[in-house]
Amino acid sequence: MEFLQPATWAEALQLKAVHPQAVPIQGGTDVMVELNFDRHRPEFLLDLSRVGELAQWAPENGHIRLGAGVTYARILTELSDRLPGLAMASRTVGSPQIRNRGTVGGNLGAASPAGDAHPALLAAFAQVEVESVSGLRQIPVAEFYTGVKRNALSPDELIKAVLITPPTGPQQFCKIGTRNAMVISVAAFGLALHPDRKAVGTGIGSAAPTPRRALEAERFLAQSLTDDGLWEFRGALPDATSRRFADLVADAASPIDDVRGTARYRVHSLSVMARRALIWAWNDFRRV
Amino acid sequence: MRVTCTVNGEQHQADDVWEGESLLYVLRERMGFPGSKNACEQGECGSCTIYLDGVLACACLVAAGQAQGRGVRTVEGLGSGDELATIQQTFLEAGAVQCGFCTPGLLVAAHDLLERHAGPTDAEIREALAGNLCRCTGYEKIMEAVRLGATRRATAS
Repeated sequence: MEFLQPATWAEALQLKAVHPQAVPIQGGTDVMVELNFDRHRPEFLLDLSRVGELAQWAPENGHIRLGAGVTYARILTELSDRLPGLAMASRTVGSPQIRNRGTVGGNLGAASPAGDAHPALLAAFAQVEVESVSGLRQIPVAEFYTGVKRNALSPDELIKAVLITPPTGPQQFCKIGTRNAMVISVAAFGLALHPDRKAVGTGIGSAAPTPRRALEAERFLAQSLTDDGLWEFRGALPDATSRRFADLVADAASPIDDVRGTARYRVHSLSVMARRALIWAWNDFRRV
Repeated sequence: MRVTCTVNGEQHQADDVWEGESLLYVLRERMGFPGSKNACEQGECGSCTIYLDGVLACACLVAAGQAQGRGVRTVEGLGSGDELATIQQTFLEAGAVQCGFCTPGLLVAAHDLLERHAGPTDAEIREALAGNLCRCTGYEKIMEAVRLGATRRATAS
């Protein structure tokens, strides 16, 4: 094994171009487990922890550019006001030790259907910025996940940043697990209201081969709110609307039975989380 | 490869480190710091908790090469000389130690909490220590030790 430690992003891209099989490592919270358990012996480790710009975030043209190496702990302390949905999800990641090291870039690289950041990124309509020596591209996050632990990266590409336009309405994140810490979610749900564009964003975690949006549920809710004039006058949400929304979120899942839970439980819990998240978010929206 | 880093304020070097090795292994087996314990090797148990450049981390999830040139502080470096850190003293007094295997990690995590937060609530203590598993104490004595540590630091300052 060879340990590659670029000091700059340009150098990292060069190394990835020469060694496309190199495994990027940042916080190590996934990659080191594979190494410690002898599950994986990559030829090259590409340590990105010295690439300073990856650990930066900044507002830019109406969105937040979140470097792939910004830790969950920093999202919690520095971005809770601007990205509350992602911050809520970040708070449920592992433990303080894990949140101090783990990153959204790592979550995207691993592309596990259970990654905690995914539902929040989906609900916020985030874009993933990836780069190689041959160029830069932005991928809508919903198109980034291509299969179980597979993503849209080409072998020579690295994840550079996530671009998130802070949703203009309330956001929620719910996660089912056996403890309040160190839990791989049984099922998770993210919700964001986008009143400026009369849209609703959703994200489902741990209940399909990839994280995914509940598109029918989004369309139904956005349309119902429009038809009832609720985006403007912010009245009470009809019970039938939240129930139908919950059913449509559950319909969008295609979970499996595994050690963490049954498919049936996952579908049921998703409908409960979707309804609760909507009611919480809607109540926040009415208070604004 | 060679890894050089500062451990508890002193420069240390290890040679022939395997590139996939963890910082925990380097600390314990190559640099003579067995305080951090090796248990789960997947960040679940917190027994290997250390500071890396002042940030709480599981040493088992840090690649050795990532620690090159960095500052590490282990449980051995919490006190100074024969003098225990406040949190070590209050763990003793509260009887927060049974088999002792989880203790080094809990001490470093509790130390970090009290460095950042002078008067944590019980909920905050629980959240801060959620990544450290103990199979003996049932956590109540540990809670007591941290509360006592917070009080003692407040009166000392």
